Amino acid sequence: MKNFAQLIKTLDSSNKTNVKVDALTMYFKNASPEDKVWTIAILSHRRPPRPVNTTLLRIWANELANIPLWLFEESYHIVGDLAETIALIIPTTKEHSDKSLTEYLQEIIALKKKSDAEKKEYLHQNWLALNYYERFVFTKLITGSLRIGVSQKLMTRALSKAEDVDEDALAYKLMGNWDPNTITFQELILDEKNSDYLSKPYPFYLAYPIEGEVDNLGNPEDWSIEHKWDGIRSQTIIRESEIYVWSRGEELVTDKYPEFKNFVGLIPDGTVIDAEILAFPEGEIGTFNDLQTRIGRKTISASLLEKVPVILKAYDILEWEGQDIRNLPYAERRLLLEQLYDSIKDKTPYFQLSERVLLHSWEDVTTERMRAREMKSEGLMLKRNDSPYLVGRKKGDWWKWKIEPLVIDAVLTYAMRGHGRRSNLFTDYTFALWQTNDNGEKELVTFAKAYSGLTDAEFRRVDDFIKKNTLERFGPVRSVTPQLVFEIGFEGIALSKRHKSGVATRFPRILRWRHDKKIDEANSIEDLKSMIS
Amino acid sequence: MKIPLLAFNDKGIYCQQADVYLDPWRPVKNAIITHGHADHSRWGHQNYITHHTNIPIIRHRLGEINVTGKEWNETFVINNVKFSLHPAGHIIGSSQIRVEHKGEVWVFTGDYKTEDDGISTPYEVVKCDTFITECTFGLPAFNWTPQAEVISEINNWWAENKAEGKTSILFGYSLGKAQRLLKYLDTDIGKIYTHGAIENMTNVLRPMVDFPPTTLVTRETKKEDLLGNMVLAPPSAHGSIWIRKMTPFVTGSASGWMAFRGARRRRAIDKGFVLSDHCDWYSLLDSIKATGAEKIICTHGYTDIFSKYLRELGYDARTEKTQYEGEAAEMEKDEKEAEVDQSETSLISENNEL
Repeated sequence: MKNFAQLIKTLDSSNKTNVKVDALTMYFKNASPEDKVWTIAILSHRRPPRPVNTTLLRIWANELANIPLWLFEESYHIVGDLAETIALIIPTTKEHSDKSLTEYLQEIIALKKKSDAEKKEYLHQNWLALNYYERFVFTKLITGSLRIGVSQKLMTRALSKAEDVDEDALAYKLMGNWDPNTITFQELILDEKNSDYLSKPYPFYLAYPIEGEVDNLGNPEDWSIEHKWDGIRSQTIIRESEIYVWSRGEELVTDKYPEFKNFVGLIPDGTVIDAEILAFPEGEIGTFNDLQTRIGRKTISASLLEKVPVILKAYDILEWEGQDIRNLPYAERRLLLEQLYDSIKDKTPYFQLSERVLLHSWEDVTTERMRAREMKSEGLMLKRNDSPYLVGRKKGDWWKWKIEPLVIDAVLTYAMRGHGRRSNLFTDYTFALWQTNDNGEKELVTFAKAYSGLTDAEFRRVDDFIKKNTLERFGPVRSVTPQLVFEIGFEGIALSKRHKSGVATRFPRILRWRHDKKIDEANSIEDLKSMIS
Repeated sequence: MKIPLLAFNDKGIYCQQADVYLDPWRPVKNAIITHGHADHSRWGHQNYITHHTNIPIIRHRLGEINVTGKEWNETFVINNVKFSLHPAGHIIGSSQIRVEHKGEVWVFTGDYKTEDDGISTPYEVVKCDTFITECTFGLPAFNWTPQAEVISEINNWWAENKAEGKTSILFGYSLGKAQRLLKYLDTDIGKIYTHGAIENMTNVLRPMVDFPPTTLVTRETKKEDLLGNMVLAPPSAHGSIWIRKMTPFVTGSASGWMAFRGARRRRAIDKGFVLSDHCDWYSLLDSIKATGAEKIICTHGYTDIFSKYLRELGYDARTEKTQYEGEAAEMEKDEKEAEVDQSETSLISENNEL
C-alpha cells in the first residue's frame, strides 16, 4: 500500500505526462504481480463494489474526528472530495501498516458481506493505522473513483515500457471483462490468448475535432462522409451464438437493449460492429434526451420499449468471419458492412446503416454539414477511405466536424463549489432566462447548469463576485444577485417535462462572459423554445 | 445601552472610550496595528502605534508615517483605557492587542499561530473576557504537521530537484512566509536566490534575525547559475515570464491551503507544502479555551461555521464582518496580480532591480 499511495501521490502532484509515465513505469517494474493487476484494474476503473455506503462512512469517520455531523458536511462542501475530507479530519497516529495493495483490496471485497459493526471496526482500525495520504487512497478505494489525471492510454504506455509489450496489443488485452481478483498478471498481460476472448471488444478508434479549413484535407474523393450521430458509441460482438454490446466506457450494456437480442442468427458468428445506439421513437431518430430515458434503466418495461425503442446505426466492421480486419482499408470494411446490412435489413428494423453521403467537393461537404440539425445529427464525420481502424485517439484519418452550437444569453442565478481542482471555488453555475408569469411579471426561470468554458482567471473573478453577492445559502448552493450575463452554448434542445423551464438542453457550457450586457438584455424562455425545430 | 469596549464599524475595530482604532481599513486619527501585512496595516492614518519590531516593516511598506513603538507587555493608557501588545507568533513583530477598561478585558488577535516558528516571538496566551479571533483555517480539515517535518520535506525536495539538474522555485508570501522558509533552507544543498520583493523585505528584517545569505535574481542572472539552486518568489510570480525564463524548474508552494489537493492543482504547482502562519483547527480551539474568554468574536476565515461550532461548545460566539483576509488573500490576491504581471513583464524586471 505504501508504494501504491506514493505512486498515486506522484501522479496526483504532476501535470507533466512524462513524469507520470516514468513514475508508473518504475512502479510496474518493482511491484508484485498481484499488485500490478490491481493497479491496472484501478487505473482502468475496475473497482471492487463499494462495501460501505457513504452515509455510514461519514458517520464512522466523524466518530474518530469527534465533531458534529453538520461540521463534517460543511468541511466536505469546502474540501470538495469525500475521501479527502475523511483523510483530513481523522488524526494521524504513530501506527503504520505494511499490508500490500492486494491485501487491502481483498479485505475491501470481503468487507461487503460483513456486519455493520465489523465494517466499522475494520475502518476505524485501518484509518488510524495509515498516514494521511495512505488514508486518502484507502478511502478512495472504498468510495470508488480515483480520478488522478491518468488516462488508460497513459497507463498502458507505462505498462508497455515496463513489460516490453506492444502498446496496442496491450490495449486490446486490457479491454472487456476480467476480474482482478481471479486473473493473474501472467494471464492478463503475458499470455498470448486471453481466456475471456469471447466477449472481448476492440479498443475504440476516436476522432479528433477538425482543425482549420476543411479543404486542407486534400482531395474530397479520398474521404468518406457520414453524419455524426448523437447517441452512445458502442461495439456489438457476435461470437459463438452470443451477443455482447459494449459502450465506449467499456461497460457491458447487452441487457439494456433487448432489441438487439435477435441479431444472433441474423448476423453470422465472428462479427464485430462499431455503431451508435440511437433512440428511435415513432420510427425516426430521437434526441439524446429520449435515449436518456433508457440509459439508466436496468429493467426495461414493455411500455418504455414500445415508446422509446433503440436502433443500432452501424458505421464500421472490425471483425468478419472470425478475423480481425481492422487493418483493411476503411472503404473495404465499409463494403463488407454494407453487404451485411443488405442481407439482413428486411429481417430486423433495429440494425440500420449510417449512410455514406456521396460528395465531390468541399463546398458540398460544407452544405451537408448545414443539414445536421435536420438530419438529427451533431455534424459530420470524415474518414479517410484507405485508413485502418486505429486504437484510441489518433490524428489524421478520422475527423469530426460538429456544427456550431446554439447560443443564448442567460443570467447567473445559483452557484456551487466545484470539485477536484476547483474545490473551494464557486465554479458550478445555474443559469436562468426570463419568463412572464401569470401575473404578467417578468421572472427568471432556471434553464441549465454549466461548469466549463471560462478561464481560471475568469472563474476566480466570478467566484469573487459570488462570495460578495450571495443572497441565500442552501447547503453547498448559493443564490446570487442576478447581475452577470453569460453566453451559453448547447448542442441540442428538446421539450422536457422534468425541467422547470419545460426545455432540456444538451451539453450546455459557457461560451463567454457578456460583460457588455445587463440582465434585462438576457434572452427569454420563449426565445429558447423558438429554437426547437 | 452600554457601549461595548470595542465595536465594529465601517472603518475598523473602534474603541470609543479611547478614540482609537485597531487595524482600521479606512484612514483614521489613531491606529494600533497588529502586524505588517497589507490588510492589517493600511496607508493614511495620522498616528500609528505598533510593536517596535514592526516599525521597520510598515515603514518599508507605507513610507514615512508617524509611528510610536511599544515593547511586549508595556501598558499604555489612553483616556483611562489600558492597552498592551502581546506576541501573536504570526510573523516578526506581530502582536495581539489587549484592551482593558473598568475591569473588562478584550483581546484582538490580528493573525496568529501558536507554533513557535523560531523567528517570530512565540504566541503568548492572554487571559480575557472577550476574545476577537481570526479563524482563517477554522475547519477540522486543517491539522498542521510540525514545522521541522515540513522543512525537511522542503529540503529533500530541493535536493531531489538538484539531483535532476532543475531549479527549485518556492512560492511564499514576501513578508513572513518567505523569511520563515529562508531561515531553515539547507544551504549545504545550494545557493538561495530571491525575487526583488522578498530580497527587499528580508533586508529590512536582517538586523533582527540571522538569515542565510541570499542573491537577488537580476536581468544579468543566467539561468545556468540557477540550476540546482533555490529561488524564493512571491506567489504573484507564478506563471510570469520572469519564472518561465528559469526553465528547467520545479515549482513548490508553502501555504496552509496546500492541505487541499484541489488548491494545489488549481494553481498548477508541482509540489505543495502545508506550512501556515495561522492556527490550525485544534490550535484555534486550544488557544480560545486558554484565554478563559466567554465571548468570542470571529473576524475572518470560516467565520460562520467556526462560530456556530463555538456556540455548540457553549461559548457566546458571533461573527463580525471585517476587511481582513488572512492567508486566502495572500494567495488569491497575489494570483490576480500575477495575471497583470504576465502582460507587464517590464514591471517585474523593474521591481526586481529596486
